[in-house]
Amino acid sequence: MLEVQNLSMRFGGLLAVDQVSLDVKEHEIVSIIGPNGAGKTTVFNCMSGFYKPSDGKILFEGGEVQGKPDYKISRLGMVRTFQHVRLFNRMTVVENLLVAQHRHLNTNLLSGLLKTPNYRAREQKSLDRASYWLKRVGLLDLANVDAGNLAYGQQRRLEIARCMVTEPKLLMLDEPAAGLNPSETRALNQLIVSLKEDYNVSVVLIEHDMSLVMDISDRINVINQGRPLASGTPDEIRNNDDVIKAYLGEA
Amino acid sequence: MQDLLYFSQQLINGLTIGSTYALIAIGYTMVYGIIGMINFAHGEIYMIGAYTALIAITGLAALGIAWLPLVLIVALVCAMIVSSSMGWAVERVAYRPVRGRHRLIPLISAIGMSIFLQNYVHLAQGSRNIGFPALIEGGFRFGAADSFQISISYIQITIFLTTLVCMTLLSLFISRSRIGRACRAVSQDLGMANLLGIDTNRIISATFVIGAALAAVAGLLLGMYYGSIDPLFGFIAGLKAFTAAVLGGIGSIPGAMLGGLILGVAESMTSGYLSGEYKDVVSFGLLILILLFKPTGLLGKPEVEKI
Repeated sequence: MLEVQNLSMRFGGLLAVDQVSLDVKEHEIVSIIGPNGAGKTTVFNCMSGFYKPSDGKILFEGGEVQGKPDYKISRLGMVRTFQHVRLFNRMTVVENLLVAQHRHLNTNLLSGLLKTPNYRAREQKSLDRASYWLKRVGLLDLANVDAGNLAYGQQRRLEIARCMVTEPKLLMLDEPAAGLNPSETRALNQLIVSLKEDYNVSVVLIEHDMSLVMDISDRINVINQGRPLASGTPDEIRNNDDVIKAYLGEA
Repeated sequence: MQDLLYFSQQLINGLTIGSTYALIAIGYTMVYGIIGMINFAHGEIYMIGAYTALIAITGLAALGIAWLPLVLIVALVCAMIVSSSMGWAVERVAYRPVRGRHRLIPLISAIGMSIFLQNYVHLAQGSRNIGFPALIEGGFRFGAADSFQISISYIQITIFLTTLVCMTLLSLFISRSRIGRACRAVSQDLGMANLLGIDTNRIISATFVIGAALAAVAGLLLGMYYGSIDPLFGFIAGLKAFTAAVLGGIGSIPGAMLGGLILGVAESMTSGYLSGEYKDVVSFGLLILILLFKPTGLLGKPEVEKI
Protein backbone atom coordinates (compact mmCIF):
# COMPACT_ATOMS: atom_id res chain seq x y z
CA MET A 1 0.00 0.00 0.00
CA LEU A 2 2.73 2.44 0.99
CA GLU A 3 6.23 2.02 -0.26
CA VAL A 4 9.13 4.28 0.64
CA GLN A 5 12.19 3.68 -1.53
CA ASN A 6 15.64 5.01 -0.68
CA LEU A 7 14.32 8.17 0.88
CA SER A 8 16.93 10.84 1.64
CA MET A 9 16.46 14.27 3.13
CA ARG A 10 19.23 16.81 3.31
CA PHE A 11 19.10 20.09 5.22
CA GLY A 12 22.08 22.09 3.98
CA GLY A 13 25.10 20.01 4.97
CA LEU A 14 23.16 17.69 7.25
CA LEU A 15 21.93 14.41 5.88
CA ALA A 16 19.01 13.84 8.24
CA VAL A 17 17.63 10.80 6.47
CA ASP A 18 19.88 8.56 4.40
CA GLN A 19 18.46 5.91 2.07
CA VAL A 20 15.59 4.79 4.25
CA SER A 21 13.19 2.26 2.74
CA LEU A 22 10.08 0.83 4.29
CA ASP A 23 6.77 -0.54 3.22
CA VAL A 24 3.34 -0.88 4.73
CA LYS A 25 0.88 -3.47 3.54
CA GLU A 26 -2.87 -3.33 3.91
CA HIS A 27 -4.16 -4.19 7.33
CA GLU A 28 -0.83 -3.76 9.07
CA ILE A 29 0.67 -1.74 11.90
CA VAL A 30 4.25 -0.76 11.15
CA SER A 31 6.37 1.09 13.68
CA ILE A 32 9.37 3.31 13.18
CA ILE A 33 11.62 3.41 16.22
CA GLY A 34 15.03 4.79 16.92
CA PRO A 35 16.94 6.98 19.37
CA ASN A 36 16.18 10.69 19.62
CA GLY A 37 17.28 12.60 16.54
CA ALA A 38 17.38 9.46 14.41
CA GLY A 39 15.23 11.08 11.71
CA LYS A 40 11.91 9.37 12.37
CA THR A 41 9.83 12.51 12.27
CA THR A 42 11.68 13.70 9.18
CA VAL A 43 10.61 10.51 7.40
CA PHE A 44 7.05 11.27 8.48
CA ASN A 45 7.27 14.84 7.28
CA CYS A 46 8.39 13.65 3.86
CA MET A 47 5.62 11.08 3.69
CA SER A 48 2.90 13.56 4.60
CA GLY A 49 4.11 16.21 2.18
CA PHE A 50 5.45 18.58 4.83
CA TYR A 51 8.93 18.30 3.33
CA LYS A 52 9.93 17.66 -0.24
CA PRO A 53 12.45 14.82 -0.02
CA SER A 54 15.92 15.40 -1.53
CA ASP A 55 15.97 11.96 -3.05
CA GLY A 56 13.98 8.75 -3.25
CA LYS A 57 10.44 7.74 -4.01
CA ILE A 58 7.28 7.47 -1.98
CA LEU A 59 4.55 5.39 -3.58
CA PHE A 60 1.04 5.28 -2.18
CA GLU A 61 -1.17 2.70 -3.84
CA GLY A 62 1.17 2.70 -6.79
CA GLY A 63 1.25 6.47 -7.37
CA GLU A 64 4.18 8.74 -6.54
CA VAL A 65 3.34 11.25 -3.84
CA GLN A 66 6.70 12.84 -3.00
CA GLY A 67 6.63 16.59 -3.50
CA LYS A 68 2.84 16.74 -3.80
CA PRO A 69 1.08 19.44 -1.77
CA ASP A 70 0.05 18.10 1.63
CA TYR A 71 -3.70 18.61 1.16
CA LYS A 72 -3.57 16.43 -1.95
CA ILE A 73 -1.69 13.68 -0.13
CA SER A 74 -4.22 13.71 2.66
CA ARG A 75 -7.05 13.53 0.13
CA LEU A 76 -5.52 10.31 -1.17
CA GLY A 77 -6.13 8.84 2.25
CA MET A 78 -2.95 9.39 4.26
CA VAL A 79 -3.47 11.45 7.41
CA ARG A 80 -1.11 12.12 10.26
CA THR A 81 -0.90 13.47 13.76
CA PHE A 82 1.95 15.39 15.37
CA GLN A 83 4.10 14.88 18.45
CA HIS A 84 2.39 17.90 19.94
CA VAL A 85 -1.37 17.91 19.87
CA ARG A 86 -2.57 20.25 17.15
CA LEU A 87 -6.29 20.71 17.54
CA PHE A 88 -8.28 23.79 16.61
CA ASN A 89 -8.41 24.94 20.20
CA ARG A 90 -10.93 27.72 19.83
CA MET A 91 -13.45 25.50 18.06
CA THR A 92 -15.69 23.00 19.77
CA VAL A 93 -14.92 19.29 19.83
CA VAL A 94 -17.59 18.49 17.28
CA GLU A 95 -16.54 21.37 15.03
CA ASN A 96 -13.05 19.91 14.97
CA LEU A 97 -14.52 16.75 13.49
CA LEU A 98 -16.81 18.57 11.07
CA VAL A 99 -14.08 20.74 9.64
CA ALA A 100 -11.98 17.67 8.98
CA GLN A 101 -14.74 16.43 6.67
CA HIS A 102 -14.66 19.65 4.68
CA ARG A 103 -13.61 17.98 1.46
CA HIS A 104 -16.31 15.31 1.72
CA LEU A 105 -18.97 17.96 1.50
CA ASN A 106 -20.32 19.65 -1.54
CA THR A 107 -18.09 22.65 -2.19
CA ASN A 108 -20.74 24.54 -4.11
CA LEU A 109 -21.31 27.83 -2.30
CA LEU A 110 -24.74 28.32 -3.82
CA SER A 111 -26.13 25.04 -2.53
CA GLY A 112 -24.75 25.99 0.88
CA LEU A 113 -26.53 29.33 0.81
CA LEU A 114 -29.76 27.81 -0.38
CA LYS A 115 -29.45 24.83 1.95
CA THR A 116 -30.55 22.40 -0.74
CA PRO A 117 -31.76 18.95 0.38
CA ASN A 118 -28.57 17.44 -0.97
CA TYR A 119 -26.48 19.83 1.12
CA ARG A 120 -28.52 19.12 4.22
CA ALA A 121 -28.17 15.39 3.72
CA ARG A 122 -24.40 15.70 3.46
CA GLU A 123 -24.25 17.94 6.54
CA GLN A 124 -26.31 15.39 8.41
CA LYS A 125 -24.03 12.60 7.29
CA SER A 126 -20.91 14.36 8.49
CA LEU A 127 -22.61 15.13 11.78
CA ASP A 128 -23.52 11.46 12.16
CA ARG A 129 -19.97 10.39 11.44
CA ALA A 130 -18.66 12.94 13.94
CA SER A 131 -20.99 11.72 16.68
CA TYR A 132 -20.12 8.11 15.92
CA TRP A 133 -16.43 8.79 16.44
CA LEU A 134 -17.04 10.91 19.51
CA LYS A 135 -18.88 7.95 21.01
CA ARG A 136 -16.08 5.63 19.91
CA VAL A 137 -13.37 7.64 21.71
CA GLY A 138 -15.64 8.51 24.64
CA LEU A 139 -15.95 12.25 24.10
CA LEU A 140 -19.63 12.53 23.18
CA ASP A 141 -20.52 14.32 26.42
CA LEU A 142 -17.92 16.95 25.64
CA ALA A 143 -19.02 17.60 22.05
CA ASN A 144 -19.75 21.29 22.60
CA VAL A 145 -16.74 22.09 24.75
CA ASP A 146 -13.90 24.05 23.19
CA ALA A 147 -11.18 21.61 22.22
CA GLY A 148 -8.58 23.72 24.03
CA ASN A 149 -10.34 23.03 27.34
CA LEU A 150 -10.06 19.24 27.14
CA ALA A 151 -7.63 17.30 29.29
CA TYR A 152 -4.48 16.17 27.52
CA GLY A 153 -5.47 12.53 27.12
CA GLN A 154 -8.84 13.58 25.73
CA GLN A 155 -7.13 15.87 23.23
CA ARG A 156 -5.03 12.93 22.06
CA ARG A 157 -8.13 10.83 21.49
CA LEU A 158 -9.92 13.67 19.73
CA GLU A 159 -6.96 14.02 17.41
CA ILE A 160 -7.23 10.38 16.38
CA ALA A 161 -10.99 10.74 15.93
CA ARG A 162 -10.36 13.77 13.76
CA CYS A 163 -8.09 11.71 11.54
CA MET A 164 -10.62 8.89 11.35
CA VAL A 165 -13.55 11.03 10.19
CA THR A 166 -11.56 11.77 7.04
CA GLU A 167 -11.87 8.03 6.29
CA PRO A 168 -8.15 7.44 5.77
CA LYS A 169 -6.59 4.30 4.41
CA LEU A 170 -3.32 4.96 6.18
CA LEU A 171 -2.96 6.63 9.54
CA MET A 172 0.40 8.07 10.56
CA LEU A 173 0.76 8.60 14.29
CA ASP A 174 3.75 10.53 15.59
CA GLU A 175 4.34 9.51 19.23
CA PRO A 176 0.68 9.15 20.14
CA ALA A 177 1.50 7.97 23.67
CA ALA A 178 3.72 10.93 24.56
CA GLY A 179 2.54 12.44 27.80
CA LEU A 180 -0.02 9.74 28.55
CA ASN A 181 -0.13 7.79 31.82
CA PRO A 182 0.08 3.98 31.73
CA SER A 183 -3.66 3.35 31.79
CA GLU A 184 -4.25 5.91 29.06
CA THR A 185 -1.49 4.26 27.04
CA ARG A 186 -3.23 0.89 27.38
CA ALA A 187 -6.50 2.41 26.18
CA LEU A 188 -4.67 3.95 23.25
CA ASN A 189 -3.17 0.56 22.48
CA GLN A 190 -6.58 -1.00 22.20
CA LEU A 191 -7.87 1.90 20.13
CA ILE A 192 -5.05 1.59 17.58
CA VAL A 193 -5.49 -2.17 17.26
CA SER A 194 -9.22 -1.68 16.82
CA LEU A 195 -8.62 0.88 14.05
CA LYS A 196 -6.78 -1.84 12.19
CA GLU A 197 -9.15 -4.68 13.03
CA ASP A 198 -12.51 -2.95 12.79
CA TYR A 199 -11.95 -0.14 10.30
CA ASN A 200 -9.35 -1.72 8.06
CA VAL A 201 -6.87 1.12 8.41
CA SER A 202 -3.14 0.61 8.14
CA VAL A 203 -1.08 2.43 10.73
CA VAL A 204 2.44 3.80 10.70
CA LEU A 205 3.58 4.57 14.19
CA ILE A 206 6.52 6.50 15.61
CA GLU A 207 6.86 5.69 19.26
CA HIS A 208 9.28 5.68 22.16
CA ASP A 209 7.11 3.60 24.43
CA MET A 210 8.56 0.14 23.77
CA SER A 211 5.76 -1.77 25.46
CA LEU A 212 3.27 -0.18 23.10
CA VAL A 213 5.44 -0.77 20.04
CA MET A 214 6.18 -4.41 20.86
CA ASP A 215 2.57 -5.18 21.72
CA ILE A 216 0.79 -3.93 18.66
CA SER A 217 3.24 -3.74 15.77
CA ASP A 218 3.20 -6.28 12.99
CA ARG A 219 6.59 -5.10 11.83
CA ILE A 220 9.17 -2.65 13.14
CA ASN A 221 11.71 -0.51 11.32
CA VAL A 222 14.66 0.76 13.32
CA ILE A 223 16.42 3.93 12.21
CA ASN A 224 19.67 5.15 13.70
CA GLN A 225 21.35 8.42 12.77
CA GLY A 226 19.26 8.72 9.65
CA ARG A 227 20.14 5.23 8.38
CA PRO A 228 18.02 2.12 8.40
CA LEU A 229 19.39 -0.24 11.04
CA ALA A 230 17.04 -3.19 11.03
CA SER A 231 13.54 -4.24 10.20
CA GLY A 232 11.42 -7.22 11.10
CA THR A 233 8.84 -8.57 13.49
CA PRO A 234 8.90 -7.47 17.14
CA ASP A 235 10.64 -10.71 18.14
CA GLU A 236 13.35 -10.34 15.52
CA ILE A 237 13.96 -6.74 16.57
CA ARG A 238 14.08 -7.61 20.25
CA ASN A 239 16.90 -10.09 19.59
CA ASN A 240 18.78 -8.07 16.98
CA ASP A 241 22.33 -7.30 18.13
CA ASP A 242 22.64 -4.05 16.17
CA VAL A 243 19.47 -2.73 17.73
CA ILE A 244 20.58 -3.62 21.21
CA LYS A 245 23.89 -1.86 20.60
CA ALA A 246 22.23 1.27 19.26
CA TYR A 247 19.88 1.47 22.19
CA LEU A 248 22.09 0.33 25.03
CA GLY A 249 25.54 1.21 23.72
CA GLU A 250 28.39 -1.20 23.17
CA ALA A 251 28.78 -3.74 25.95
CA MET B 1 -32.55 69.15 27.05
CA GLN B 2 -30.85 71.07 24.31
CA ASP B 3 -27.55 69.47 25.29
CA LEU B 4 -28.98 66.00 25.28
CA LEU B 5 -30.44 66.48 21.81
CA TYR B 6 -27.15 67.78 20.52
CA PHE B 7 -25.36 64.82 22.03
CA SER B 8 -27.84 62.39 20.47
CA GLN B 9 -27.33 63.99 17.09
CA GLN B 10 -23.56 63.50 17.34
CA LEU B 11 -24.09 59.94 18.48
CA ILE B 12 -26.31 59.20 15.47
CA ASN B 13 -23.80 60.75 13.07
CA GLY B 14 -21.00 58.82 14.74
CA LEU B 15 -22.77 55.48 14.58
CA THR B 16 -23.53 56.02 10.90
CA ILE B 17 -19.98 56.75 9.90
CA GLY B 18 -18.67 54.18 12.39
CA SER B 19 -20.73 51.39 10.92
CA THR B 20 -19.17 51.98 7.51
CA TYR B 21 -15.72 51.95 9.09
CA ALA B 22 -16.68 48.62 10.60
CA LEU B 23 -17.71 47.25 7.20
CA ILE B 24 -14.32 48.12 5.73
CA ALA B 25 -12.46 47.01 8.85
CA ILE B 26 -13.87 43.48 8.47
CA GLY B 27 -11.72 43.06 5.36
CA TYR B 28 -8.55 43.99 7.23
CA THR B 29 -9.29 41.86 10.23
CA MET B 30 -10.33 38.72 8.31
CA VAL B 31 -7.24 38.75 6.11
CA TYR B 32 -5.05 39.37 9.13
CA GLY B 33 -6.79 36.59 11.03
CA ILE B 34 -6.02 34.09 8.28
CA ILE B 35 -2.58 34.96 6.96
CA GLY B 36 -1.31 37.47 9.52
CA MET B 37 -0.83 40.20 6.91
CA ILE B 38 -2.36 43.63 6.43
CA ASN B 39 -4.01 44.03 3.05
CA PHE B 40 -2.86 47.53 2.20
CA ALA B 41 -4.78 47.55 -1.07
CA HIS B 42 -8.09 47.17 0.78
CA GLY B 43 -8.85 50.92 0.79
CA GLU B 44 -8.49 50.92 -3.00
CA ILE B 45 -10.85 47.99 -3.32
CA TYR B 46 -13.40 50.00 -1.39
CA MET B 47 -12.79 53.01 -3.67
CA ILE B 48 -13.24 50.86 -6.76
CA GLY B 49 -16.50 49.59 -5.28
CA ALA B 50 -17.74 53.18 -5.01
CA TYR B 51 -16.71 53.93 -8.61
CA THR B 52 -18.36 50.79 -9.94
CA ALA B 53 -21.57 51.65 -8.11
CA LEU B 54 -21.48 55.14 -9.62
CA ILE B 55 -20.92 53.76 -13.11
CA ALA B 56 -23.81 51.34 -12.65
CA ILE B 57 -26.10 54.11 -11.40
CA THR B 58 -25.14 56.38 -14.30
CA GLY B 59 -25.67 53.55 -16.76
CA LEU B 60 -29.12 52.77 -15.40
CA ALA B 61 -30.04 56.47 -15.50
CA ALA B 62 -28.96 56.57 -19.15
CA LEU B 63 -31.24 53.63 -19.83
CA GLY B 64 -34.04 55.53 -18.19
CA ILE B 65 -34.41 53.16 -15.25
CA ALA B 66 -35.14 55.15 -12.13
CA TRP B 67 -36.98 52.78 -9.81
CA LEU B 68 -34.95 53.26 -6.64
CA PRO B 69 -34.83 49.73 -5.19
CA LEU B 70 -33.76 48.30 -8.54
CA VAL B 71 -31.07 50.98 -9.01
CA LEU B 72 -29.69 50.36 -5.54
CA ILE B 73 -29.64 46.60 -5.90
CA VAL B 74 -28.04 46.65 -9.35
CA ALA B 75 -25.42 49.16 -8.16
CA LEU B 76 -24.73 47.08 -5.06
CA VAL B 77 -24.42 43.81 -6.96
CA CYS B 78 -22.14 45.33 -9.62
CA ALA B 79 -19.94 46.95 -6.98
CA MET B 80 -19.70 43.72 -5.01
CA ILE B 81 -18.83 41.65 -8.06
CA VAL B 82 -16.13 44.02 -9.32
CA SER B 83 -14.62 44.59 -5.87
CA SER B 84 -14.66 40.89 -5.06
CA SER B 85 -12.82 40.05 -8.25
CA MET B 86 -10.34 42.79 -7.37
CA GLY B 87 -9.91 41.31 -3.91
CA TRP B 88 -9.34 37.91 -5.44
CA ALA B 89 -6.85 39.34 -7.95
CA VAL B 90 -4.93 41.22 -5.26
CA GLU B 91 -4.44 37.98 -3.38
CA ARG B 92 -3.37 36.10 -6.50
CA VAL B 93 -0.98 38.78 -7.74
CA ALA B 94 0.39 40.43 -4.62
CA TYR B 95 0.16 37.78 -1.90
CA ARG B 96 0.18 34.20 -3.12
CA PRO B 97 3.43 34.34 -5.14
CA VAL B 98 5.31 35.71 -2.13
CA ARG B 99 3.60 33.75 0.62
CA GLY B 100 5.99 32.25 3.11
CA ARG B 101 8.69 34.80 2.38
CA HIS B 102 9.82 37.49 4.75
CA ARG B 103 6.88 39.44 6.17
CA LEU B 104 7.94 42.70 4.56
CA ILE B 105 7.69 41.36 1.02
CA PRO B 106 3.91 40.87 0.81
CA LEU B 107 3.50 44.16 2.65
CA ILE B 108 5.44 45.99 -0.03
CA SER B 109 3.76 44.19 -2.91
CA ALA B 110 0.38 45.12 -1.42
CA ILE B 111 1.41 48.77 -1.19
CA GLY B 112 2.49 48.51 -4.83
CA MET B 113 -0.91 47.07 -5.68
CA SER B 114 -2.56 49.95 -3.87
CA ILE B 115 -0.56 52.56 -5.80
CA PHE B 116 -1.28 50.76 -9.05
CA LEU B 117 -5.04 50.63 -8.48
CA GLN B 118 -5.19 54.24 -7.33
CA ASN B 119 -3.38 55.45 -10.41
CA TYR B 120 -5.34 53.21 -12.70
CA VAL B 121 -8.53 54.87 -11.51
CA HIS B 122 -6.84 58.27 -11.89
CA LEU B 123 -6.19 57.46 -15.54
CA ALA B 124 -9.50 55.80 -16.27
CA GLN B 125 -11.82 58.13 -14.39
CA GLY B 126 -9.87 61.37 -14.05
CA SER B 127 -8.50 62.76 -10.82
CA ARG B 128 -11.24 65.26 -10.07
CA ASN B 129 -14.13 64.79 -7.70
CA ILE B 130 -17.14 63.24 -9.34
CA GLY B 131 -20.56 63.93 -7.93
CA PHE B 132 -22.36 60.89 -6.53
CA PRO B 133 -26.16 61.07 -6.73
CA ALA B 134 -27.71 60.94 -3.27
CA LEU B 135 -30.58 58.68 -4.45
CA ILE B 136 -32.04 58.49 -0.97
CA GLU B 137 -33.06 61.97 0.18
CA GLY B 138 -35.01 63.41 3.04
CA GLY B 139 -35.27 62.28 6.63
CA PHE B 140 -36.94 62.69 9.99
CA ARG B 141 -36.70 65.68 12.29
CA PHE B 142 -37.46 65.63 15.97
CA GLY B 143 -37.71 68.48 18.45
CA ALA B 144 -39.40 71.87 18.72
CA ALA B 145 -39.03 74.13 15.71
CA ASP B 146 -37.55 77.00 17.71
CA SER B 147 -34.77 74.99 19.37
CA PHE B 148 -32.22 72.36 18.27
CA GLN B 149 -33.70 69.59 16.16
CA ILE B 150 -32.34 66.10 15.77
CA SER B 151 -32.30 65.06 12.17
CA ILE B 152 -31.93 61.52 10.98
CA SER B 153 -31.72 61.26 7.23
CA TYR B 154 -33.01 58.22 5.38
CA ILE B 155 -29.53 57.58 4.06
CA GLN B 156 -28.24 57.35 7.64
CA ILE B 157 -30.94 54.83 8.43
CA THR B 158 -30.09 52.93 5.25
CA ILE B 159 -26.41 52.84 6.17
CA PHE B 160 -27.09 51.63 9.66
CA LEU B 161 -29.58 48.95 8.63
CA THR B 162 -27.48 47.70 5.72
CA THR B 163 -24.46 47.38 7.98
CA LEU B 164 -26.53 45.55 10.55
CA VAL B 165 -27.77 43.09 7.93
CA CYS B 166 -24.27 42.55 6.52
CA MET B 167 -22.77 41.97 9.95
CA THR B 168 -25.51 39.53 10.91
CA LEU B 169 -25.08 37.58 7.69
CA LEU B 170 -21.32 37.53 8.12
CA SER B 171 -21.55 36.32 11.71
CA LEU B 172 -23.92 33.55 10.68
CA PHE B 173 -21.68 32.66 7.77
CA ILE B 174 -18.60 32.40 9.96
CA SER B 175 -20.25 30.50 12.79
CA ARG B 176 -22.60 28.21 10.88
CA SER B 177 -21.48 27.59 7.33
CA ARG B 178 -19.02 25.03 6.16
CA ILE B 179 -16.70 27.56 4.58
CA GLY B 180 -16.94 29.74 7.68
CA ARG B 181 -15.90 26.76 9.77
CA ALA B 182 -12.98 26.13 7.46
CA CYS B 183 -12.03 29.83 7.71
CA ARG B 184 -11.84 29.56 11.47
CA ALA B 185 -9.80 26.38 11.26
CA VAL B 186 -7.35 27.90 8.79
CA SER B 187 -6.94 30.99 10.94
CA GLN B 188 -6.06 28.84 13.93
CA ASP B 189 -3.66 26.40 12.26
CA LEU B 190 -3.11 26.70 8.55
CA GLY B 191 -0.72 23.77 8.30
CA MET B 192 -3.03 21.39 10.12
CA ALA B 193 -6.04 22.50 8.04
CA ASN B 194 -4.01 21.70 4.95
CA LEU B 195 -3.17 18.24 6.27
CA LEU B 196 -6.83 17.52 6.88
CA GLY B 197 -7.49 18.04 3.19
CA ILE B 198 -8.82 21.59 3.27
CA ASP B 199 -7.70 23.53 0.21
CA THR B 200 -6.35 26.47 2.20
CA ASN B 201 -5.63 28.52 -0.92
CA ARG B 202 -9.33 28.60 -1.64
CA ILE B 203 -10.13 29.61 1.90
CA ILE B 204 -7.58 32.42 1.79
CA SER B 205 -9.07 33.62 -1.50
CA ALA B 206 -12.52 33.46 0.07
CA THR B 207 -11.51 35.79 2.90
CA PHE B 208 -10.17 38.36 0.45
CA VAL B 209 -13.37 38.09 -1.58
CA ILE B 210 -15.69 38.41 1.42
CA GLY B 211 -13.77 41.41 2.78
CA ALA B 212 -13.84 43.06 -0.64
CA ALA B 213 -17.57 42.51 -1.05
CA LEU B 214 -18.25 44.20 2.28
CA ALA B 215 -15.94 47.07 1.33
CA ALA B 216 -17.95 47.52 -1.87
CA VAL B 217 -21.13 47.83 0.18
CA ALA B 218 -19.43 50.54 2.24
CA GLY B 219 -18.27 52.20 -1.00
CA LEU B 220 -21.81 52.58 -2.31
CA LEU B 221 -23.17 53.75 1.05
CA LEU B 222 -20.45 56.30 1.70
CA GLY B 223 -20.54 57.53 -1.88
CA MET B 224 -24.22 58.39 -1.42
CA TYR B 225 -23.58 59.84 2.05
CA TYR B 226 -20.73 62.15 1.05
CA GLY B 227 -22.09 62.98 -2.40
CA SER B 228 -18.79 62.84 -4.23
CA ILE B 229 -15.89 60.47 -4.84
CA ASP B 230 -12.33 60.74 -6.14
CA PRO B 231 -9.46 58.28 -6.64
CA LEU B 232 -8.04 59.10 -3.19
CA PHE B 233 -11.39 58.32 -1.60
CA GLY B 234 -10.09 54.98 -0.40
CA PHE B 235 -6.90 56.13 1.24
CA ILE B 236 -8.16 57.89 4.33
CA ALA B 237 -11.16 55.58 4.75
CA GLY B 238 -8.80 52.62 4.53
CA LEU B 239 -6.56 54.14 7.15
CA LYS B 240 -9.53 54.78 9.44
CA ALA B 241 -10.87 51.29 8.97
CA PHE B 242 -7.44 49.83 9.65
CA THR B 243 -7.34 51.90 12.85
CA ALA B 244 -10.77 50.56 13.75
CA ALA B 245 -9.58 46.98 13.20
CA VAL B 246 -6.51 47.47 15.40
CA LEU B 247 -8.55 49.31 18.01
CA GLY B 248 -11.00 46.43 18.30
CA GLY B 249 -8.26 43.80 18.19
CA ILE B 250 -7.03 42.80 14.78
CA GLY B 251 -8.08 39.31 13.78
CA SER B 252 -11.32 39.55 15.73
CA ILE B 253 -14.50 40.17 13.74
CA PRO B 254 -16.61 41.47 16.66
CA GLY B 255 -13.59 43.61 17.48
CA ALA B 256 -13.67 45.22 14.05
CA MET B 257 -17.36 46.00 14.46
CA LEU B 258 -16.80 47.51 17.90
CA GLY B 259 -13.68 49.38 16.83
CA GLY B 260 -15.50 50.93 13.87
CA LEU B 261 -18.37 52.17 16.00
CA ILE B 262 -16.08 53.57 18.72
CA LEU B 263 -13.95 55.35 16.15
CA GLY B 264 -16.98 56.82 14.37
CA VAL B 265 -18.52 58.08 17.59
CA ALA B 266 -15.21 59.49 18.83
CA GLU B 267 -14.79 61.38 15.59
CA SER B 268 -18.25 62.84 15.50
CA MET B 269 -18.06 63.84 19.17
CA THR B 270 -14.79 65.62 18.46
CA SER B 271 -16.32 67.40 15.48
CA GLY B 272 -19.39 68.31 17.50
CA TYR B 273 -17.77 69.54 20.69
CA LEU B 274 -14.26 70.56 19.68
CA SER B 275 -13.66 71.13 16.01
CA GLY B 276 -13.78 69.08 12.85
CA GLU B 277 -10.08 69.72 12.42
CA TYR B 278 -9.30 67.63 15.47
CA LYS B 279 -11.18 64.49 14.57
CA ASP B 280 -8.22 62.69 12.97
CA VAL B 281 -6.00 63.76 15.87
CA VAL B 282 -8.44 62.18 18.30
CA SER B 283 -8.98 58.97 16.35
CA PHE B 284 -5.29 58.26 15.85
CA GLY B 285 -4.56 59.45 19.40
CA LEU B 286 -7.08 56.89 20.59
CA LEU B 287 -5.24 54.24 18.60
CA ILE B 288 -1.94 55.12 20.30
CA LEU B 289 -3.54 55.00 23.73
CA ILE B 290 -5.14 51.62 23.12
CA LEU B 291 -1.89 50.20 21.78
CA LEU B 292 -0.04 51.50 24.85
CA PHE B 293 -2.40 50.03 27.40
CA LYS B 294 -3.91 47.07 25.57
CA PRO B 295 -1.65 46.14 22.66
CA THR B 296 -3.95 43.36 21.47
CA GLY B 297 -6.86 45.78 21.03
CA LEU B 298 -10.18 45.76 22.86
CA LEU B 299 -11.36 42.25 21.95
CA GLY B 300 -8.10 40.77 20.65
CA LYS B 301 -6.72 37.74 22.38
CA PRO B 302 -3.04 37.65 23.23
CA GLU B 303 -1.15 34.95 21.39
CA VAL B 304 -0.08 32.43 23.99
CA GLU B 305 2.63 30.03 22.95
CA LYS B 306 2.35 26.70 24.69
CA ILE B 307 5.70 25.54 25.91
